[in-house]
Amino acid sequence: MKPIDPRKVQETINQNAGKELYVHLETTNGAYASHKNQGFFSVGTFLRNARIKYVQGKITGDGPYRLGLELEGGWAYAEGLTDWEIDDQNQILFAGHDPDGKLAIAFQLSEKPFRK
Amino acid sequence: MEDHVLVIFPHPDDEAFGVAGTILSHTQSGTPVTYVCLTLGEMGRNMGRPLIANRETLPDIRLKELEEACRLLGIEDLRRFGMRDKTIEFTDDALLINRMSDVIDDVKPSLIITFYPGYAVHPDHNATAAAVIQAVKKIKPEDRPTVHALAFSEGCEDILGEPDIVHDVSRFSQQKMKVIEAHQSQTAGVFQTMKQRFLDHDETVLERMNTERFWTFPVDQS
Repeated sequence: MKPIDPRKVQETINQNAGKELYVHLETTNGAYASHKNQGFFSVGTFLRNARIKYVQGKITGDGPYRLGLELEGGWAYAEGLTDWEIDDQNQILFAGHDPDGKLAIAFQLSEKPFRK
Repeated sequence: MEDHVLVIFPHPDDEAFGVAGTILSHTQSGTPVTYVCLTLGEMGRNMGRPLIANRETLPDIRLKELEEACRLLGIEDLRRFGMRDKTIEFTDDALLINRMSDVIDDVKPSLIITFYPGYAVHPDHNATAAAVIQAVKKIKPEDRPTVHALAFSEGCEDILGEPDIVHDVSRFSQQKMKVIEAHQSQTAGVFQTMKQRFLDHDETVLERMNTERFWTFPVDQS
């Protein structure tokens, strides 16, 4: 992955508006957060291969970035994005890595389903 | 000496930290070890520094690391369940228990090593172990393999008592270190620190590398 270039990301978002896409959206603070710190309120969420179609979307912020997609009947957004790539499967992968390099959030779009 | 050891864990690297020395003691004395690994750690957070993985490439990387770890451990029979990290507790219990039973019927182990259900912190660990125990309970008492369970939740010894199986695996500590190192996408961040502490004779790390502790799971009473 490489650091987000907001201009290139915006072009990619514009190009994919109106398509039927599969989405992977995930946030996590790690399965051991509460084990290492008993008082830590551990949360996470994970949604893979739900289908969406967005009308328009934007990347905003000064980095880490926020990405919001306006769906036909709602919204999807992610905060804390730092890196991205379009992989050899033409999947658009956004990730937010914390200062230790650990994945804290992922937001991914693809025309084909992601592997289960 | 065991006839056949069956190790069942959900994540690549679960076999490294608390069990590698024990596995090596079996494989080096000629006992076959089968390792059932349910997932490929797909939801791991460590992506390497600099980044070597993303959410989609991580499973391929972890598979290679797992295969290398098995090679180092002398495990020739690796069976993967193809499940997804963090979903074990949500899967169809009956199906999972049946899959465990099929492997146990096939391998006929004299000893099973897994986590201690309820005392292994990660929901995948607890759910995997619970399914193993249910599968073992289906076997007639006189035919059941022994189950050695790994517990490490906070305060587990207050409830379970001291572990009754304590293996001195110090003669395998160098090889165990290599097994941990093989899982580099997960352990790269902590490995160098750990290795240095081992070389500096840090007591906590020495204890962890040289001693592996299990509870014999009371299948009859559960």
